[in-house]
Amino acid sequence: MDILAFLIRRLGQACVVMLVISLIGFSIQDNLGDPLRELVGQSVSEEERKALRDRMGLNDPFFVQYARFLGKAVQGDLGTSYFFKKPALEVIFNKFPATFELVLSATLIIILVSVPVGIYCAINPKSLFSRFVMVISIAGISIPVFLTAIFLIYIFAIYLDWLPSYGRGITVDFGWWRTGFLTADGLLHLIMPAVALSSIMLPLFIRLIRGEMMEVLRTEYVRFAWAKGLAPRRVWLLHAFKNTLLPVITVGGVQIGTLIAYTILTETVFQWPGMGFLFLEAVNRVDTPLIIAYIIVVGLIFVVTNTLVDLIYTMVNPMVRIAGVKG
Amino acid sequence: MIAAVQRAIASDFFYQFRRDPVAVGSTLVLLVFVSLAVLAPLIATQNPYDPIQIDIMDSELPPVWQQGGDARFVFGTDPQGRDMWSTILYGTGVSLIIGIFAVMLQAVLGVTLGLMSGYIGGRLDSFLMRIADIQLSFSTLMVAIIVLAVFQAAFSAQLYADLAIIMLVLVIGIAEWPQYARTVRANVLAEKEKEYVDAARVIGLSRLRIMFRHILPNTLTPILVISTVQVANAIVAEAALSFLGLGMPVNQPSLGSLIRNGFDYILSGQWWITVIPSIVLIILILAINLLGDWLRDALNPKLYKET
Repeated sequence: MDILAFLIRRLGQACVVMLVISLIGFSIQDNLGDPLRELVGQSVSEEERKALRDRMGLNDPFFVQYARFLGKAVQGDLGTSYFFKKPALEVIFNKFPATFELVLSATLIIILVSVPVGIYCAINPKSLFSRFVMVISIAGISIPVFLTAIFLIYIFAIYLDWLPSYGRGITVDFGWWRTGFLTADGLLHLIMPAVALSSIMLPLFIRLIRGEMMEVLRTEYVRFAWAKGLAPRRVWLLHAFKNTLLPVITVGGVQIGTLIAYTILTETVFQWPGMGFLFLEAVNRVDTPLIIAYIIVVGLIFVVTNTLVDLIYTMVNPMVRIAGVKG
Repeated sequence: MIAAVQRAIASDFFYQFRRDPVAVGSTLVLLVFVSLAVLAPLIATQNPYDPIQIDIMDSELPPVWQQGGDARFVFGTDPQGRDMWSTILYGTGVSLIIGIFAVMLQAVLGVTLGLMSGYIGGRLDSFLMRIADIQLSFSTLMVAIIVLAVFQAAFSAQLYADLAIIMLVLVIGIAEWPQYARTVRANVLAEKEKEYVDAARVIGLSRLRIMFRHILPNTLTPILVISTVQVANAIVAEAALSFLGLGMPVNQPSLGSLIRNGFDYILSGQWWITVIPSIVLIILILAINLLGDWLRDALNPKLYKET
């Protein structure tokens, strides 16, 4: 019962956040650019303009217009991009696979590297490797993601000439999903952007896993597990690591927004044809419908993933259920 | 005054500081950067804001140690013929100013809201903390990118260039208030149970006075600790925004816009236009972060036991 109440609560909160985002999106549309001028240009007389404005409902009260905007948005109509002359949502979804594959690869790198390294550093905190990792990670946190990207390009694309510096390379189409995973060229193009995107989160997660794990290793039940004579591997992985997962999931959830922001930076540096790169182009072209569509789509992705993270957290940690309902 | 200085030098805090080469080193680096930025008008070889001093014929010269370098331009020149050394001096200043003012704004907002949230509690507390949660999970950079993108689309380029520095301070300042609010709130919750607060309440002092004169001074340590890291974060955020073209314009460059400016030329071999300001930015941030790390360890007595 508790989990159901929690779920409803979270969904309610997600809806409120989406409403606020859509309201922001709409007020941007309301204040930015004149849809009439985009439609008919300058050559229409003042009276015709007025008639057109009335017919398009541009003179209606703010909330009437907002309700109309919302109604259309729910049906998937977020306006037509001025530049592409196509529905804004369609333009964004065409770019979605590129961003998704980039984020997926970066997440895989983060998980596959930070978990073993974090565990190793927690178990052997005094070893040379652990100290080396800690020094590198503070440096890694200090280097902004776009600088990592620039240095990667400078070293691997220009100086060594090993990797391609921009774009996605050769891609394969699966219906509307354009993937770069299936060709060698696509994978080569993916390496640097994925490494750059993961570079800022990696040190954070290594430090987090190390810190939490070291704390758990000092607790009573781990000592008890040692006393029982369990195999080290079992104590480390089943007793200790499982319980470091909770804070890691929480931080992971908080980092989703940051990760989306960093995709914009990474995509800009590598000219990766994804949603972030598209968004910046739209800003430079003052393509209002596309800007708003991006904000709403990203807001939706963000709210959905956050709700999912909360849900996973609730399932992993039974204690939070009660707290979630109360607070 | 002299007594205060003597007391500071004799203090445990200063002793720890002196003993730690990383802390001393990063402070020195930071001092060098700040003084170079402050003295920029005196030590820069040209004023990058003044078009008369810039000669387009000098553009894209490499640094002196490379072939084709010019002794007048130690770090080379950029595509507009500006001396990199001078633009970096001025740019560091712009980055530092934005970082420091943004953090001051964050601190004022966050401390006030955090004090209210922690001391008054109840509905106000849960409301403010829920907003803080949501805002934190959206991430500063995301909020800043969207706000600045919308403003850039709405304003004319000239107006935006004039307002850029103020906009950056406002956006980074407002977006990061939860960091302070949460830290302050957590400390207020611990402090308000203490007897001196009860005493103040019994005397009949006003809530405002208790919050700002009695509790606030006791939460200054954590505020100081996060402030250093926050300055580094603000400078990084500014650099990222400028790199995306949403921050400082090219004619009033910060380190971020210098990097952006040079990035277009990196593929054609003029590496110094990007790489030198990047290195300056990294050293600056690393120094602040290392100092912040040290401060956190030094001012947090809980950590003594662990190491």
